[in-house]
Amino acid sequence: MTTLEMSAKPAAPVRAPRINLKQEGERFALVGAWLLLIVIFGILMPDSFLSWRNFSTMFGSQAVLVVLTLGIIIPLTSGDFDLSGASTLTMSSMLIGVLNARDGWGLAPTLVIALASGLVIGAVNAFFVLYFRIHSLIVTLGVGTFVNGLILWISKSQTISGVSMSLVEWVIINRLFGIPLAFFYALLLAAVIWYVLEYTIAGRRLLFVGRGREVSRLNGIPVDRVRAISFIISGVIAALAGVFYAGMTGSADPLSGLNLLLPAFAAAFLGATTISPGRFNAFGAVISVYFLVTGITGLTMLGADAYVQNLFYGGALVIAVALSQLVRNRQPQEFS
Amino acid sequence: MSDNAVLHLNNIRMRFGNFQALKGVSLSIRRGEVFGLLGQNGSGKSTLIKVLAGFHQPEEGSEVILWGQTMPLPLNQMEIKKRGVAFVHQHLGLIASLTVVENMRVTALGTRTPWFVNWRREAKRVAEQFAAFGLSIDPFATIAQLSPVERAFVAIVRAFEDLKASDAGYGGEGILVLDEPTPFLPAEDVKRLFGLIRSIVASGASVVIVTHDIDEVREITDRVAVLRDGELVDILETKVTERQAILDTIVGSRIDAFAKARGVEARPPAVTVTGIAMGRAAPFDLSIGEGETLGVTGLIGSGFASLPYALFGAVRATGNMVLDGRSIDLSRLTPAAAQALGLALLPGDRLGAAGVGSLSVTDNITLPVLPDHRGLLGLDRPGMLRTAGHLSELHDVRPRRPELPLGSLSGGNQQKVLLAKWLQTKPRLLLLDEPTQGVDFGARQQIFSALDRAARDGTAILCASTDNEQLEQICDRILVFARGRPVVELRGAEITRKAITEACFYSESQTAEAAE
Repeated sequence: MTTLEMSAKPAAPVRAPRINLKQEGERFALVGAWLLLIVIFGILMPDSFLSWRNFSTMFGSQAVLVVLTLGIIIPLTSGDFDLSGASTLTMSSMLIGVLNARDGWGLAPTLVIALASGLVIGAVNAFFVLYFRIHSLIVTLGVGTFVNGLILWISKSQTISGVSMSLVEWVIINRLFGIPLAFFYALLLAAVIWYVLEYTIAGRRLLFVGRGREVSRLNGIPVDRVRAISFIISGVIAALAGVFYAGMTGSADPLSGLNLLLPAFAAAFLGATTISPGRFNAFGAVISVYFLVTGITGLTMLGADAYVQNLFYGGALVIAVALSQLVRNRQPQEFS
Repeated sequence: MSDNAVLHLNNIRMRFGNFQALKGVSLSIRRGEVFGLLGQNGSGKSTLIKVLAGFHQPEEGSEVILWGQTMPLPLNQMEIKKRGVAFVHQHLGLIASLTVVENMRVTALGTRTPWFVNWRREAKRVAEQFAAFGLSIDPFATIAQLSPVERAFVAIVRAFEDLKASDAGYGGEGILVLDEPTPFLPAEDVKRLFGLIRSIVASGASVVIVTHDIDEVREITDRVAVLRDGELVDILETKVTERQAILDTIVGSRIDAFAKARGVEARPPAVTVTGIAMGRAAPFDLSIGEGETLGVTGLIGSGFASLPYALFGAVRATGNMVLDGRSIDLSRLTPAAAQALGLALLPGDRLGAAGVGSLSVTDNITLPVLPDHRGLLGLDRPGMLRTAGHLSELHDVRPRRPELPLGSLSGGNQQKVLLAKWLQTKPRLLLLDEPTQGVDFGARQQIFSALDRAARDGTAILCASTDNEQLEQICDRILVFARGRPVVELRGAEITRKAITEACFYSESQTAEAAE
């Protein structure tokens, strides 16, 4: 039997991966767009916009949105939507408000309960999606709405203030380089997620499950377990975002956190067009959040009304997905 | 040409890239006859039907004459339907979750107004249509509730109604094309189906039936055209032709220069499987020796195709497998456990089940060996890229750029990558499903030689395929399946393309007889 040598043609030389300008341009286009925004607003408002104070406030106050976005990119990577993220966030912050501020619990047990609420919500999502084989959009939309009801119930629809000052200190008051610590927590989490997705077997499995369920199954990956764990991790990270949210405002209100859902998805999808185009990735998500927030802050400072937020987030979500479709040559999307 | 022909196909030529699928086929269908289209897998039957259905554009010089009128090519699907040619494809085109009446009425509603559908009246009409053929099927049952043969009835009656509604239908004429309607039906249901076909023909329509099965051809058709390698070999009058003559026409008498030096010595068994049962078929045993390549084949629907998946724990099966002295219950086997035991499965659906097209060659090729690439700081990405590059070189994957997405490679190169992925694990038993489907000639030879080297290193190989040429080239032994279990074993010098085809057709008819 002839062996491989039968291809006696000179073997194609091993080409080193070249630096492809078009690809690199694509990777950093959003970073460029962000810098461009800063330059434009900087020229328009050199004193107020370009101050370190403005930037440090932006970096610190939007850390909550960064953490929430990092949470939802995990199920997005494994091919599921988690629409209950913002509800989990609000639930977690409300539990802090109720237990710590209203009922006087210590901070440590309160935080444990708050994070556990995320775990429970994630587990409920996973159970309904995987046991009954329901699409994740439906389950997480329903569970999220259910949780919203619970929040109104336990809070009696009231904003609860007076959250432990030590939490507030560790989130927003203590600063490094003038930036609230929350920003660094978010960066640290982004680094961890980046490492897990890129450099661990678990991360590889998550990616394969998202891209090909049948391929993963036939390669011995426990698909259901991977999906369940990604829902639970998403829930816990959303609850962590809720902890920061309570620390950021020193209080818990039953509604405002829910508005973060769409910005988080906009940032997650916009993030998938940058750094590693075509993949949901942690640092892409971080950059996207700050790109969106810079745009909104700048426009608001120029005197735009509140509606600009919705224009920006909604528009960004659709444009981001449209851009990522162009990268994929407009193949039909498969959401599980 | 016959005087009362309703359809002439003249010099139909069809090419896919370098592959000439149809090399000038000419035939004509008469009014009120059942015309069979017979041939091996890949002989061009389905391509011919797809040309007629307007899916494929044939080459210049091809000609289709319907009711005496030359049609512009490629054929327009709506036009063909309007003129009275209706198709029932193998997958029937029914939506399982909808009711019979909804499926029947998806193309032609009896009402004139688009604003209101009187479902009760439609259901009554559908029931009358079934009754005309002596069938009683509840119009409000969903397709999923019907038995396989009833589903076939629904699809065929629907196609027949399309004929009646067409321009040709007023004269009771029309051409009904059935593309392999029987492979999943038990013998008794096939008889009922043929009853339906006969009553359709009695109304004046013509039926073209594509099939693998010689006995069905002999039972139902008036004439049969035999295709081989894209050419029309002969058109036989079924009534006056012996079974053996049809078989000889299908197989032909090509002489093959290639012969694999097959080991005939007894080998220690690497895998022994006892009492394996998939679906409703009776259980059977099989064993594969160390370094042996066992082929499993049969006609489509004969059950051989799911064997690799069953041994990997990827489809439901019962039975017991002994590997390296360890006994494994197949009903509890999972793909992960199978992999840990040293099994590897290369599925036939390359980008749907074997690999992910949107991920890189590196990502795909290193998936089963990720634990080997763990370093102190997590996965060693440069090392993974090196491994992928090395394997690409070893298996001559072109282009040799493992950072490219798998989906951007040609079919043959994708397959080399996916095979390399499993061969690097040095599996005890390698399970293959159609390993060279859609793979060009050169890549095919490279895949065969890679398999040969693995076999010489002691890997037992099970290859499920309907490609007789491939089976002949790589197998030491072949099991031919019919009705869910192996019925013929070919070994050593008995293995020729011709023998495999004959065994496929013989085994099907013998088991059918045995079942009666």
